[in-house]
Amino acid sequence: MKTTKYFSLFVCVLALTVIAATGCKKKPAKVTLLPNSKISTVGDLPPGGILPGGDNTGGITGGSSATGFPAGPGHIGWKEDHETLKTETVYFDYDSSTIKSSEKSKIENVAAYLKAHLSAAVKVEGNCDERGTEEYNRALGERRALAIREYLINSGIAANSVDTVSYGEDRPADPGHDEAAWKRNRRGDFVVLTPP
Amino acid sequence: MKTKFNSIISLAAAVLITTSAGAQDEAYRAIVKEGDVVGFTKPQPIALTGFSGEVEQVLRFDLEVQGFKVVNDGTPQYEVAGGGSGVQGRLSDRISKATIFSKAYTGGSLRRQAHALADDVVAALTKRKGIGQTKIAFKVDTGANSEIYIADFDGHNAHQVTRDNTIVAAPVWIPGRLALYYVSYKLGNAHIFRHDLATGARTAFARYGGGNFSPAVSPDGSKAAMILSKDGWVDLYVCNSDGTGLKRLTRSQQDESSPCWSPDGKWILFAGKSGERRVLMKVSPEGGEAVRVPTSGVSNPSEPEWSPDGKWIVFTSQGGGFTICVVPAAGGVAIPLVEGEDPSWAPNSRTVVFARRTNGGRALSVLDVFTKQYKDVSRVSGGNSQPSWAK
Repeated sequence: MKTTKYFSLFVCVLALTVIAATGCKKKPAKVTLLPNSKISTVGDLPPGGILPGGDNTGGITGGSSATGFPAGPGHIGWKEDHETLKTETVYFDYDSSTIKSSEKSKIENVAAYLKAHLSAAVKVEGNCDERGTEEYNRALGERRALAIREYLINSGIAANSVDTVSYGEDRPADPGHDEAAWKRNRRGDFVVLTPP
Repeated sequence: MKTKFNSIISLAAAVLITTSAGAQDEAYRAIVKEGDVVGFTKPQPIALTGFSGEVEQVLRFDLEVQGFKVVNDGTPQYEVAGGGSGVQGRLSDRISKATIFSKAYTGGSLRRQAHALADDVVAALTKRKGIGQTKIAFKVDTGANSEIYIADFDGHNAHQVTRDNTIVAAPVWIPGRLALYYVSYKLGNAHIFRHDLATGARTAFARYGGGNFSPAVSPDGSKAAMILSKDGWVDLYVCNSDGTGLKRLTRSQQDESSPCWSPDGKWILFAGKSGERRVLMKVSPEGGEAVRVPTSGVSNPSEPEWSPDGKWIVFTSQGGGFTICVVPAAGGVAIPLVEGEDPSWAPNSRTVVFARRTNGGRALSVLDVFTKQYKDVSRVSGGNSQPSWAK
């Protein structure tokens, strides 16, 4: 360690001597060459930016209570159909997860579809406009999806047939930054899930 | 003097645009009376001589986000003089004519050496540890997807740490470790992952039904708070760092979001609702009644973070736009600072990194809350947001 320090000092002094001898363009006026400087060795950065290796996706799964999500893997691996129910997208008021009366018939259409397709399930995707902080919006999008889920359950759909996901403000339907765009982005989309 | 004057002007502007004028008048008086506090401290002038290029840029950046103002005219009391090859610096007091230290730096990169010199200046003059060699983690938005990056606190030396090709968000450091928790939608829904950056080992930490959001690690690393919807409502939960002992801390159909911990580990602070009003609240990780933390004078507080020294809470208030605010940890009159959102404290309890909205998406800046001086962080291509400062 000590040797390294003195070696660095030696290199440093050598470099300065060479610069002094050859003339240094960058040398500013009135610079003292700090003759009694301590040498401080700066450590390298700790290794960073390591991409994940093999994931351990074991973790904790499942839900618990009667009002909540059933335990188990859910509908992982089921086929996703974004087209069939795309006209039933439910829209919300600013910062609200209340189902407006104008939107109720759409959820009833989704309930009717699920009753006619008993092997299918549905994923409700909650989304927000950009006028909120990011994690607030992630929670708000989930509340919107949960409100639609609750309406479906009250319409006779089994709780384990309705998944929710919140994309917060990360998946806008319209990338604009005005009220027209925001209105289209405060929404719940339906994705039909069918067994693999 | 000018900075202080500008601060008062901007506060006066804030008073004018908010609706609750009475509360703001009170806020104004309280701050002016206190003088040398958050948002109103005069920066300490310092001279830099004999530096150029990248070294000079690093020194100026680091010093100005820790309460100094680099000046070329006048005769500031303190001077950092450089020269020679590599990074060398001598800090002197021009009044007493004393040399406080004189050092040369080796190893690492030129930037790293310059950060180390800035840290020595800060430690010598402020008795706080410098932040020049600290790290941040943040979200980089590339359109429909986002990934997590880490970088030096000024945004340089950035590294991508996820490549999940989906939404990855809300990174938070595990205190004292080169490891993160964050949310990734890789398995279809929002789940919380724990990622050791030294080895690349990653574990799905919370995969409950519904959403698993906004992880926050306790100061001793033994517990994690998070937002889950597994019970049918969006609520605040806490569990041990191995995932056991899950406890539900709120039972409300209204929103809870963005939890963080007090530095003594006794409280979990979060954004919640009291009646129709959005408020900051804190609850014991053992459970019990949530207590309101008042933020008078500003509306819609969210994204709180408790300072490491325990004295302050920084948060985002939302009115017409988003404003970074600071309030004493016990609650009280909020002090609006600059436009921006999602603040995270540096280990020095005076500097915060935050996101601000630009035409090209979000970008990060670093703010000294005492002097209100701030600087833009070097940007990774795409929207940069949700910064977390390693502590």
